[in-house]
Amino acid sequence: MSKMLSRRALLKSLSAMGCSAAAHPLMSTVTFASAPWDNRLVVIILRGGMDGLDAVRPVGDPNYALTRKSSVNDTLKLGGMFGLHPAFEPLMPLWRKGELGFAHATSTPYRDKRSHFDGQDLLEAGTGMDVTIGAQRDGWLNRLLQTIPGLTSETAFAVGASDMNILRGPAPSSHWSPRTELQLSTAAQQLLEHIYHDDPIFRDAAAQAILLSDAISADRDAAEGDEDAEMMMDMMKPSAGKPERALAAFAADRLNHDTRIASFSISGWDTHNGQDFRMKVMLGRLADAILTLKTGLGDNWGRTTVLAMTEFGRTVQLNGSGGTDHGTAGAMLVAGGAVNGGRVFGRWPGIAEADMYDRRDLMPTTDVRAYAAWAMRGLFGLDRGVLEDAVFPGLDMGADEGLLL
Amino acid sequence: MVSEATYSAIRFGFGLGPAGLPKDLEAALAGLSGPDAMAERYPMLKMREALPIFDAYERALKNRKAPGAQKKADSVKGKINYLFESGMSLSIARIAESKTPLRERLMAFWVDHFTAAPKHFISRLALQPYLDQGLRPHITGTFGDLLVSAVTHPFMLNYLDQVSSVGPNSAAGKNRGRGLNENLAREVLELHTLGVGASYTQTDVRQLAELFTGLNFSADDGFVFDPRRAEPGPEVVLGKKYGIWQGRLEDVHAVLQDLAVHPDTAAHVSRKLAVHFVSDAPDEAMVQHMTAAWTASRGDIKAVMGAMLEHPAARRDFGAKAKRPFDFIASIYLALGTPGDTIAAYEVKELRRRMIVPSKTLNQPWMKAGAPDGWPEDLEHWINAQALATRIKMASQVGRMVGPHVRQPSRFVDRVLGDAASERLRWAVGAAETREDAIALVIASPEFNRR
Repeated sequence: MSKMLSRRALLKSLSAMGCSAAAHPLMSTVTFASAPWDNRLVVIILRGGMDGLDAVRPVGDPNYALTRKSSVNDTLKLGGMFGLHPAFEPLMPLWRKGELGFAHATSTPYRDKRSHFDGQDLLEAGTGMDVTIGAQRDGWLNRLLQTIPGLTSETAFAVGASDMNILRGPAPSSHWSPRTELQLSTAAQQLLEHIYHDDPIFRDAAAQAILLSDAISADRDAAEGDEDAEMMMDMMKPSAGKPERALAAFAADRLNHDTRIASFSISGWDTHNGQDFRMKVMLGRLADAILTLKTGLGDNWGRTTVLAMTEFGRTVQLNGSGGTDHGTAGAMLVAGGAVNGGRVFGRWPGIAEADMYDRRDLMPTTDVRAYAAWAMRGLFGLDRGVLEDAVFPGLDMGADEGLLL
Repeated sequence: MVSEATYSAIRFGFGLGPAGLPKDLEAALAGLSGPDAMAERYPMLKMREALPIFDAYERALKNRKAPGAQKKADSVKGKINYLFESGMSLSIARIAESKTPLRERLMAFWVDHFTAAPKHFISRLALQPYLDQGLRPHITGTFGDLLVSAVTHPFMLNYLDQVSSVGPNSAAGKNRGRGLNENLAREVLELHTLGVGASYTQTDVRQLAELFTGLNFSADDGFVFDPRRAEPGPEVVLGKKYGIWQGRLEDVHAVLQDLAVHPDTAAHVSRKLAVHFVSDAPDEAMVQHMTAAWTASRGDIKAVMGAMLEHPAARRDFGAKAKRPFDFIASIYLALGTPGDTIAAYEVKELRRRMIVPSKTLNQPWMKAGAPDGWPEDLEHWINAQALATRIKMASQVGRMVGPHVRQPSRFVDRVLGDAASERLRWAVGAAETREDAIALVIASPEFNRR
């Protein structure tokens, strides 16, 4: 179905531009084609530094109660060292089915400066500290795409209005936000094409906008009368307080078509102040995004892995104002039908003062890129050498902890 | 190659439009000296005017149960929200009437450099005082004075959590067991002054955070320095000792003035200016020339801008930058010739429809940057499929709104873009079926969106 719709949308827009496919100058950059794999990967970037110690609570560590006394009582018990923040309650059915897991005490190679912006740049570049931050021009998902010939811009999708440097680079990908739609008369479209003709950036952006817009409105037409599809279309409308729901619904819709990799971000994790309230809100939004993906993906959920990762964790101790300052290691969330969940991965370093990083932060015991690499190895069958040299240059993936089934 | 008057207006202003704009770069620079006519003509709320409203809001909240109190509270809330949003209309009114547009561009630059946003509803009230007292008086003076004024303003103290940072060994800290919050100190070093590449350490961040304790807001006086919250000193920042046992505001000023003339700050902020005004990848020689001017003048902003404008690279790569959405919206008002008085008089609904909602749709919601590093600079961020689609839609709306009132679209092109308009654009404007479409094409054109 999706291929037919895409072709229809493409033909529609080409005829509107008044040119044949062969002569169309944009055919090489914006095309739709079938996907290379059946498995799906979603990467959610949690911007602002999620407090992993509040999300996934090491209640079995006696030092935890000393530093985070108020958090202990309302923790969701998992029957071991760790418990979850109560805002994850809606995800408990996934945990019990083995479709949700976490990695703890994990981080990127970023150390010491504790800058959000450098931290996020490094997380999305997927490089080590040996590469100057900012000098790395492409993101690790883009480098993954570069290793596979013949992909199209539809294979990978950055969703939402914010930049996703994780997909930046020479391999084609799409970037669209569900609330944008462009409907132009044929004449207006031709004139726009005329004034953008000599400006490649405007020309390509407009051509992609028109194609995506057409493909999505074609989907909407096709959804009419189909109850499930109509519900998904409704979920793509922005809803108050849950901006990620629309992104997740849109990502799921694309993943049900030819897209296999989608990425979006959830911002607002910088909890310097009164984090009891903030964390409840933010983790609730994250849980909602995961459940929206699951609902939207339907049967495809079984072939999907979702990774939610952040630029750094936060200080072990609360600061002077009931929040936490920038730290080092934190937690990563992994979800999906392809996941070997119901477990917390990683090696717990302890949070006695001598066990901390810099005597203030959770000590990283694993590289978060290794989990992403093992996930991609499992999903897309990439060689370890490709992952350690091309996608994450210089990474040692270490032993497989069995993230995927 | 466009004329000097055109690129002076487009690259170093908000576009062609009203008569009397600077005819060249020298005149643009001269506009930074002399009185600030626009700040006088369209004044914003001052802190002493804000405090009684703050008080009324607190009282309304306290008496919520009294008869008629809810209505009163809603009216105060409406007023506070309008004062926040009208910061945008007043800023654009100034742009619409300014004969010294470089000053307004610098203002927009510093607002972004010292990014702050309201954290709670009530902090919206401090926005106009921040813009007009925290930043505006210093935007063409020395960077040190601007830094001190921005960093110690209640709007910033609130945004970067300084108001909840208490010296753990101060009187207030020992009493109530409260402690440091290092957010402001870190961002001052990383974003406002030295830059993340500089060689400061976590210890410098902590020491600066200790030195900053005491900076606070009071509902009676606005900004206050509260020695009871100040961590006993001295503190050592970048190897230099500041303060004595008793915390003092003068020590905060001293460290900020030192940071303002640090060579890393000179290089970091000079580069940022060059990126903002000229190119995402600015000419290294120009950046060095500006950095040298910063050092020689001890952070005199006019001297640094002069160094940029006199450098040949300031004239190259015309069109390399995209207008950010705020600048795009301001440029539209300038292009339409809407009088500043009309803009400044927009009431709640009109202001929201004409400015606040568009700024949000274009992904640069008024004074709500997602993070303290402000808005991105690069062209690809602002011109991609998603973003350009929104600009095209907005251009169509503008076309529908004003098209019927434009007699000759070709003259509109002349007035708005002059010799920067391409032959392709002129042809398309002539070929458009309606005046509405013609105007929309001008607003959506690369020439109108680039600078």
